[in-house]
Amino acid sequence: MIPEVGSGALIVALALAVYGSAAAAAGARTGRGALVESAQHAALGVFGLVSACLLLLTYAFLTFDFSVRYVATNTNLGTPFYYRITAVWGALEGSIVLWAWMLSLYTLLIVLRHRHNARELYPWVLTVMLAVSAFFLLIMTVPAPVFERLSPIPADGRGLNPLLQDSGMITHPIALYLGFTGLTVPFAFAMAALITGRVGDFWIATTRRWTIIAWYFLSLGLLIGGWWSYHVLGWGGYWAWDPVENAAFMPWLTATALLHSVMIQERRRMMRLWNLALVILTFSLTLFGTFLTRSGVIASVHAFTQGTIGIFFLCFLALVVLTALILLAWRWDALAAEGELDSVISRESAFLLNNVLLIAATFTVFFGTVFPLVSEAVRGVKVSVGAPFFNQVNVPLFLSLIFLMGVGPLIAWRRASLDNLKRNFLWPVLIGLVAAAVLSLLGVGSALAVAAIALTAFVAATIAVDVVRATRARVRLGENPVRAAGGLLLRHNRRYGGFIVHLGILVITLGITGSHAWSVQTETTLQRGEHTDLGGYRVRFDGLNASEESNHMKVTGTFSVTNGRNLSTVLLPAKKYYPQEQSPIAYVDYRLGLLEDVYLVLGDFARDGSEATVKLQINRLVSWIWIGGAILTLGAALSIMPERRRPA
Amino acid sequence: MKTRKLAIGGGVIALALAYMIYTGVTQSAVYFVTPSELQAAPVAGKAYRLGGMVQPGTLRWEPRSLDLSFTLSDGKATVPVRHKGTAPDLFGEGRGAVIEGSWTPEGYFKATLILAKHSEEYEAPHDTAEPGYKELMKTLRGASR
Repeated sequence: MIPEVGSGALIVALALAVYGSAAAAAGARTGRGALVESAQHAALGVFGLVSACLLLLTYAFLTFDFSVRYVATNTNLGTPFYYRITAVWGALEGSIVLWAWMLSLYTLLIVLRHRHNARELYPWVLTVMLAVSAFFLLIMTVPAPVFERLSPIPADGRGLNPLLQDSGMITHPIALYLGFTGLTVPFAFAMAALITGRVGDFWIATTRRWTIIAWYFLSLGLLIGGWWSYHVLGWGGYWAWDPVENAAFMPWLTATALLHSVMIQERRRMMRLWNLALVILTFSLTLFGTFLTRSGVIASVHAFTQGTIGIFFLCFLALVVLTALILLAWRWDALAAEGELDSVISRESAFLLNNVLLIAATFTVFFGTVFPLVSEAVRGVKVSVGAPFFNQVNVPLFLSLIFLMGVGPLIAWRRASLDNLKRNFLWPVLIGLVAAAVLSLLGVGSALAVAAIALTAFVAATIAVDVVRATRARVRLGENPVRAAGGLLLRHNRRYGGFIVHLGILVITLGITGSHAWSVQTETTLQRGEHTDLGGYRVRFDGLNASEESNHMKVTGTFSVTNGRNLSTVLLPAKKYYPQEQSPIAYVDYRLGLLEDVYLVLGDFARDGSEATVKLQINRLVSWIWIGGAILTLGAALSIMPERRRPA
Repeated sequence: MKTRKLAIGGGVIALALAYMIYTGVTQSAVYFVTPSELQAAPVAGKAYRLGGMVQPGTLRWEPRSLDLSFTLSDGKATVPVRHKGTAPDLFGEGRGAVIEGSWTPEGYFKATLILAKHSEEYEAPHDTAEPGYKELMKTLRGASR
């Protein structure tokens, strides 16, 4: 019964989305408000129906309804309660349901928030949002039918991929998809601006906050993905330049570029065409990423299943890009900048360079990701480029971006005088140079590591210069220093939220630098009672024991870890045997620390427990990545809040 | 004048990026080969990604020295592979694997990284039919058709 209701609801939702999209467009053209109102009702209906589908699917998972193919392939009777809920979006079909639901939620939020204040743009925004929703509903109806029946009905399901049975899998997809779908909003506004010809600055001011919201979730999703990789996959890394990671990283880069170039348009009325192009590029990259991960064209550790779905995404992507280009060409004359670049030494030019570098990084990631496809198509040989390629090309770009991160926020608009430069950058440059000199003399790492840390010091100093100066100005007006600093954060939360995001990036940079420069690892086979030493730690193998968990068997190794000073702990890495999997899955154990993590992976072992092979890593500064991530999301959240600036 | 300056600046950056990408590709491009392709023209010292199936009965693991050896096959030709260290999860006899490494003059493939390939989709493996080599090679290459 449930599958039929669900499938029916999806078809009705598809019809409503198509109708609403057309009605909003007709309403905009004829000026008849009733049509737009009817489209609003359709949007509400789509939201209600997709919500119902999501609930029905969840219900099917909770009640083990194996008559639904999707349920049977992604859960079994042993799957614990909360993993039955995350299994709802654990694979292809369900992930599209979640995606469509979020899209319909954003559409509803636009109705609630912009119905009266988005002027002529609003009906067209609704048109685009509903059209994109209709596409995803079409996917759910034709190539990826989530409620497809299975017959005969199996007695038990196959079970959820064990790697996905982790708490990170609850939040990672939700955050990532909220980011991806959120980027549809600026795209819809950009399209509306082009269609109506109101390509001025209103649309971009309206969507700035939506873009930050999407960026916030995208960042969060990437960070949680890194954490999942680090603590589940057992290779001790957090980023592998895997095609699926790249698919999420590319729109993050272009959205970051957009958040910066928007400021130039607001302030100097420049870069209109550029900003429209960035919005379109960002949205296209979210579609491209979905295409990559769900079409099976690229082999990846965590790609979804293959099928005809790829061709749907490719066609939609082509349609989007083509429509956008035609609209851009149509409005070409209206897109000329009013302001112009006065000097190379100015904030505009720093932001422009920031954008160029971010696009260069995006292109690099894109190039490396599709390189195997292109080389196979053109030359018939499959050539891939791995992490060394991405690191080699991107690291210089990212280091330059960090340098600009120090320059951009402080340098003067239009034309920076020598005095302005001295006032802002004398101390930071000195601090950066001293840091570089000290690190080089100590010989702590490679030239790249020294450069990364020195640049971080430089940028941190510029932030300090700004905060101290602004706080002093307020103290002079009679506020006490603590209140003054707090006031900065709350009243100028956009600027200081941005600074906090930058601070988060700096901390993450230190974490990445440290983990690359100073981590050490070893692999060895230990007899019971034998130990191995690495990086000041002594790890002793104390034995194995087997246990039965709710849906798997587990062999746990006991290892005592000491560092001869203050640490004495026991780590319990394990191997899990899921009945539906042909081979065991490693379960990592670790002890996280501010400066270093002790990270232990159990390899092979003798069945009698007399010996075990273990991989031991001392990963340095990795925690800073998570701490930096927390700072970054905090800053982004702060800059989303409305400004509480008092009227002057 | 301004536009000219901008165009020159942009051109310089684009050229620099093209150069960086070019050197990056030439230094880190890795060719995907099958055992037959490798055996047809092995170049010692060159980096390859070798894809195939771990031939049943050939897997040897020496825990004390961490020496792992096995034979990789595509149904037509076989390549002996040696590796230092534990194999990853999902690696095993009769299953697909992609091995990064290089061919040695001594006549074996020295692995630097083993990527085990399980069904990359989350769908159930077909219990009845052992996937043929042809289908397996397609999966390993990541081809869509």
